[in-house]
Amino acid sequence: MKRRRIVSAIAVSAAITMVLAGCNSKAKDNGSKSTAKAAFNAAVGKVLNPSDKKGGTLTMANSGDWDSLDPADTYYGFSWNFIRNYGRSLVVFKSAVGTPVLVPDLAETLGVPSDNAKTWTYKLRKGIKYEDGKVVTSKDVKYAVERSLDKTTFPNGPTYFNDFLDLQGYTSPYKDSDPNKLGLKAIETPDDNTIIFHLKKSFSGFDYFAQLPATIPVPRAADTGTKYKEHVISTGPYKFEKNNPGKGFSMVRNASYDPNTDPSSGRKPLVDRIEVSLNVNSDDIDNRLLAKDLDVAIEGTGVGAATQGRVLRDPALKANADSAAIARTWFTAIDSDVAPFDNIHCRKAVLYGFDKTGYQRAYGGAIGGDIASSLMPPLIPGYKKNDLYESGSKPEGDLAKAKDELKQCGKPTGFSTNVSYRIERPKEKATAEALQASLSKIGVKLTIKGFPKGDYAALYAGKPDYAKSHQLGLKVYGWGADWPDGFGFLDQIVDSRVIRATGGNTNFGIKVPAADQLLDKALQTTDKPAREKIWGQIDEVVMTNAAAMPGVWAKGLLYRPPTLTNVFVNDGFGMYDYTVMGKK
Amino acid sequence: MKAYILRRLIVSVVMLFVVSAVAFSIFFVIPRVAGASPDDLAARYVGKSAGAAQIHETAVHLGFTDPIYVQYGRFVKGIFVGEDFDTGPSTVHCAAPCLGYSFLRQTPVLPDLLSRLPVTLSLASGAAVIWLLAGVATGVLSALKRGSVFDRSAMGVALAGVSLPIFFTGLLSLSIFSYTLGWAAPGGTNPMDAANPAEWAYDLLLPWITLAFLFAAAYARLTRSGMLETMGEDYIRTARAKGLPEHTVVLRHGLRAALTPITTIFGLDLGLLLGGAILTESTFSLPGLGQYAVLSITENDLPKVLGVTMFAAFFIIAANLVVDLLYGVIDPRVRAR
Repeated sequence: MKRRRIVSAIAVSAAITMVLAGCNSKAKDNGSKSTAKAAFNAAVGKVLNPSDKKGGTLTMANSGDWDSLDPADTYYGFSWNFIRNYGRSLVVFKSAVGTPVLVPDLAETLGVPSDNAKTWTYKLRKGIKYEDGKVVTSKDVKYAVERSLDKTTFPNGPTYFNDFLDLQGYTSPYKDSDPNKLGLKAIETPDDNTIIFHLKKSFSGFDYFAQLPATIPVPRAADTGTKYKEHVISTGPYKFEKNNPGKGFSMVRNASYDPNTDPSSGRKPLVDRIEVSLNVNSDDIDNRLLAKDLDVAIEGTGVGAATQGRVLRDPALKANADSAAIARTWFTAIDSDVAPFDNIHCRKAVLYGFDKTGYQRAYGGAIGGDIASSLMPPLIPGYKKNDLYESGSKPEGDLAKAKDELKQCGKPTGFSTNVSYRIERPKEKATAEALQASLSKIGVKLTIKGFPKGDYAALYAGKPDYAKSHQLGLKVYGWGADWPDGFGFLDQIVDSRVIRATGGNTNFGIKVPAADQLLDKALQTTDKPAREKIWGQIDEVVMTNAAAMPGVWAKGLLYRPPTLTNVFVNDGFGMYDYTVMGKK
Repeated sequence: MKAYILRRLIVSVVMLFVVSAVAFSIFFVIPRVAGASPDDLAARYVGKSAGAAQIHETAVHLGFTDPIYVQYGRFVKGIFVGEDFDTGPSTVHCAAPCLGYSFLRQTPVLPDLLSRLPVTLSLASGAAVIWLLAGVATGVLSALKRGSVFDRSAMGVALAGVSLPIFFTGLLSLSIFSYTLGWAAPGGTNPMDAANPAEWAYDLLLPWITLAFLFAAAYARLTRSGMLETMGEDYIRTARAKGLPEHTVVLRHGLRAALTPITTIFGLDLGLLLGGAILTESTFSLPGLGQYAVLSITENDLPKVLGVTMFAAFFIIAANLVVDLLYGVIDPRVRAR
């Protein structure tokens, strides 16, 4: 077989010169075959190709590297989706269609709050084992959370436990004088099946923290610190077979995983093997998906611009695609510390004046997402429609109202300011240009300033003194929720108290005291519907204060080869669910 | 000759130090001069919700709070005696020549580079053989058949070769020969996973040809012009007048002289490619040094950028050294001087 391939490859040598010189190819479109059930958006809100057939290999590829396979050190959305294959956290987003639901995974039930939501207790299921057959205990979960606190060793992961646990100076199990390295007083483990978290302030949504990968148990004996990511000990249905950091890894079934201990999560480990390639050219990933040579683009952000056009033009290919809504908003923050945006009427002027359709075009039109009327995406529970600046009725902008607001601001002929964007993101550049064009109609002159993505928050747009001294009044940005919940979406972009003078902020100057107060109120509200209602109120109060220009509620055009079974978009992650996919 | 080689070796080592100092300055000194504080630099290497205390702790951990000369001294010391790094529960020793420790991945740079070197070596060496044979042969024939259909066609293809970027030709050839016809390995195939040399060659065939197409085109044009110039020289006429066979005149007297500039360019090109064929590796998703360089730059991971820069500099300097030494072998006029 290989010899035949090599012989045929010789033909490549002969033919390639002509092709490379510009001959038009008559390339067949292998992706044009589709199943009878396949249709555009067939995997949104329903399961496509439901099946219980086991076997096969799932091939996945990512255009970049993984931040880390270590549960303590990962923050990528696709990683939190995928990690459920090899790790079981206390609580998990259920693998199911529809509104994202948290269900107990390692724990028997969701967390039991007490002391005004400052204490949370979980009981572990019995019989859950590591891949080596050892039983998981609550102490392993405590140890896992403890090590996630060490941000010198694990800098990538979120800091929710650092921010909310009553640490009393505790920094790391690696500096812990306790012989068992379990000296953190904020977490108690009275027995091997019980774990109790003590917070320094109330947090009604602690179950969202309990679903973080940091609660995936880590056996202390196997912990090698920064090297643990090279072989994470599995508690999920798959374990690592080979791992070549920066290149890829493969997983096989974990014989110690007992599905009877996993009644709630919805996991469906059908394939025998998972192969993941890293740092694969993104255009090549798209080509391989269409050629059925690859099953999943693991990043889950959708196909590239060139492939997008090809898929949408070809009905057969389009039938294998889904436009998945993501809990992410592309928006432009208005820095209220940069004059004249310290005046609410100047902020309202740009909100009325900018062309919302231009913003949407910058993100690829309707396929890139819907025009946003407010900051919070509709996927977030508690979302309540508010459209104070007529994005629905006058999406091209209401110039009359904008000019009226300019008069009230004391700038009847307009003003000049700068708009910043990340230079590696052409859509953000297009957004800045669209804003420049539309706001010039009301006399607001924008000068476009690009900054490197890696330093955008640390040194430029997210550093208050730089932004003020360089007159960065408008800052093009985007934000996705860590999980589909108001706290996960709003906390880091509208809470004015998280703004640090040293930079690195993702709140680019939104300062609304009423929003801060509502955030505090939500954290203490244990009644879920009441808490979710507050998220909607915060969204409204931010818009009432004209603190940001909402652009687009993001969508991604995902492509699924017809060879896959059990395909659906998990709204908890805004991408296909990676724990249920099978092969035909 | 020995003194000459020794002198060149010393100059090469000095050059490597100069490169390391310049690269270090670009990545570590210039940002500081431009006003970035140690915490500003550290902010690149923390998670998105990190607080000021965590950022400062990271700055200390990564050594950004030390004076610049201490940071550079640590880097140089690591090359000669190695360096210890904290992994959390224990400390690991990065043996000499330690080219630093990735800020983001928290792994030593050199093993990463060495693990990727075979891929780049495989790509560059295979492509070099193809482009050298195809390019020089085409150039010689074009020069000998100047103005013929072959000459015009070959130079036309060569023009296309130097004009078409690899990310275009690479993706096009993948789309046709791999995904449509199934004749070649798909992108992302690691040739080092191959079970035997034949599979290794099969995995690399498309990248080789794509990369060689670009270089062969340039070499064909270069060889043609060199040959046209050389074949008009007096000593070629003399050789013919002496009754030497035409193939001896062309190959021993004409091509040999024309090869001198080719050798220079070849040495530089090969050295450059051994430091990482960035576009080819990125297009075909080959896990080599070029892909590593791109990844390091996009992630702003300075030790990795510095490491791959040093690695590339080493190959370029080594290739130059070899070329200089080869001059004497190829061109008797150089040896005579």
